[in-house]
Order: sequence, then structure tokens, then C-alpha cells
Amino acid sequence: MRYSYYPGCTLKTTATVLEESALESARSLGIELVEQEEWQCCGAVFPLATDEMAAFLSSVRSLSAASEAGEKLLTLCAACHHVIKRANHVIINNSDVREKVNNYLELDDYYGGQGEVIHYLEMLRDELGFEELSSKIKQPLEGRRVAAYYGCLLLRPAKIMQFDNAENPSIMEDFLAALGAEAVDYPYRTECCGVYLSVNNEEIVSGMVDKIISSALRYGAEAIVNACPLCHYNLLELQKKTPEGEPTLPVYYFTELLAEALGVNSTVKDSAAG
Amino acid sequence: MKVTTENLRSNIIKDIAEISGENVAECYQCGKCTAACPVNQAMDILPHQVLRLLQLGLADEVMNCKTIWICASCFTCAGRCPRDVDLANVMEAVRVILLRKRDSTMLKAEDMPEVLAKGMPEQGIVSGFRKYAK
Repeated sequence: MRYSYYPGCTLKTTATVLEESALESARSLGIELVEQEEWQCCGAVFPLATDEMAAFLSSVRSLSAASEAGEKLLTLCAACHHVIKRANHVIINNSDVREKVNNYLELDDYYGGQGEVIHYLEMLRDELGFEELSSKIKQPLEGRRVAAYYGCLLLRPAKIMQFDNAENPSIMEDFLAALGAEAVDYPYRTECCGVYLSVNNEEIVSGMVDKIISSALRYGAEAIVNACPLCHYNLLELQKKTPEGEPTLPVYYFTELLAEALGVNSTVKDSAAG
Repeated sequence: MKVTTENLRSNIIKDIAEISGENVAECYQCGKCTAACPVNQAMDILPHQVLRLLQLGLADEVMNCKTIWICASCFTCAGRCPRDVDLANVMEAVRVILLRKRDSTMLKAEDMPEVLAKGMPEQGIVSGFRKYAK
């Protein structure tokens, strides 16, 4: 299995552990992720204003390059995935945007939305298969009670993202089960963490993070996993505001646990065990 | 607060409709958006009230509220709306109309090193500038 890989800005800077653990795991699973020669920042948020056109260009460049290579475009960061998936949906459904973007980019081949973007988790579920993944696990995470945190960007809007049931998803729990861990079911797993509000409104985000973490703790979680660098930051950093003596939860990218279970990343294992 | 035909036909109400691509008249005020909103406790006008004010042409109240800046674009409201009104798009339209005015930027690049030093991912900085500056 071979994919065109779109890392995005944050995986090359703050979230290198997400990229490293994902690439290491993919190698061990025999999945070839070839980073695109040229990619640009996706813009981090999807342009909700219907008159914003420039924000589509980066997504279309990557989608069209992957499509010309005959490969699906694989993403890891939830925000990149959200932006590229929704951009493709607009290109398919809005002829005005499609024409303008094509006129501007002057690509070799007209881009009409023929590319396909797939998230790493979707690739594991739909193309490798969790059963196959499970058979390749060398160090099952037995006895580990892990809370899956979905956040917003992978799930919503459900009709466009088509990632999972937006109100009652199971892909991360099924993924954890394939690693041999016990997935903790808790009510706040699809609630927003506060995203970029933490840039200038930390107080609100602290309250939101507290609800998520205390809910996961109440249901017996020992760790929380996610797929988004900004969720990761909010969950990890704003937990530090928890009063001393109150319980906290370690936060991991889903790929860190994957690398550990596949036995390909001893550093990850040590930090997780600690 | 006064409902007038002038307000209802104002350019600002038309701009919000055009930029958001949403028809606020579809809303029948069930309040599901407000119930679903994870940040409603920090808002001065509740999500369903934003739609009601716009239905009545009272754009000024919406343009001057805190709510539009607290909305985190989490898309929970839109997912639960029985009338298919995407409130996240409406909030964005109001924000961009305000941000496109001269000198309306709410984030300063010179403040970012401090935010980055805390470990804030680039995704957060870029998102912040996309949402609070133009």
C-alpha cells in the first residue's frame, strides 16, 4: 500500500512525535507513505466564508498532485484532514469555486475533485483493517485503560467528513482494541476542546479541558489519546492549571500507542509506562 | 431594539446572508444549537438568539456581541439543527465583515513569540490569525 503523504506545518515543528511515530509504525506495517515533494500549509481552518477563495489553493495543489501520482492523499493532523476533505467537497459541488481555482492554478490536468484524501486512522480501518493490524501487534497494551478523544475536526460536519458516526463514533475505540488496550467509554469524547481560543482566551479553554479530562478520569481512564496537535496542546498544557493534588491524565497521539504496540518505538514506550 | 423594514432590508443583513450562504429565516427557534454549544456559558447572546436577532434584522446587536468571538467553530450546532442552518457559517460571516474593516485585527504578530514559547502548535497560531485577523 502506497500513499502520497501530506504532513502539514505542525508535524514538522511542534508535533514531530506524531509524525515520527506514525511513519515508524507505517514502515513496520509495510505501508509506504511518500511525502509530497511540494506541499503548503492547509490554512489550519476551513474557509467558512463563501467568498474566500485563496484558502482552497493549497488543498487543491496537494489533492491534484496525489491524484496525478495515482495515489490517495494521506493526512495525520485532524485540522489538515478537515480542511482538505472539505475543500475537495467544495470543488466537487461548487462549479464557481472549481472554475476559479482551476483558472488560477493552471494545473496540467483540470482538477474536478477526482483526488481522495484519507486520514491515517481511516487507512488503518478501511484499507489495512483492524483485524490485520491486531495480528501485527507485538506488545499488546493489555490492561491499559485508554480514553479516545475525537474532538471536532475529524467528525464534523458528518455529511462531508464521513469519518464515523459523529454523535457516537467508534473508530478510535476499535483502534485501541486492536492494540490490545481497553477503550474507556466516556461522555465528553466528542466535545470541543476549545481549539484556537487558547491563543487569546485561555480561561474558557481551561474549563472545557477540565470537563473532558475529569469525565475521562471518572470513567477510569489512565491516559487519553487524540489525533490533533491543537487538542493535544490544550489537553496537555491546560491540565497543568489543575490544582495540586488533583488527578491528571497523560496525553498521547494515537500513533504513539500504535508505535509502542508494534514494538517500534522504545522511547515512546518508556514515557508511556512512566 | 426596534424591528423595522429598513433594518430587515439592510445591506448588512444581505451581506451576512451572502457571505454565510445561510438562510436564517429557516430557523424555528428550537434551541438545539444553544443546548449543543460547549461554550454557551461564556456567551452574552445565546446561539439561537443570534439567529433570532438576524431574522428580525437586528444586525447591530450581533455585530457588537461577545458571542461571535467565543464561537469555536466546533460545528456541533450545525450537526444538530433540524432545519439545516449552519450557524458556524453565520458566525463566520459576521466575524469576517468586522475583520475586513481597516485596523480591526485582534491578534498582534509581536505577541506571538510569547504564545509560541508556551508550546502552542503552529496550527493554533495559524488558526488564531485566520479567525481573529484578515
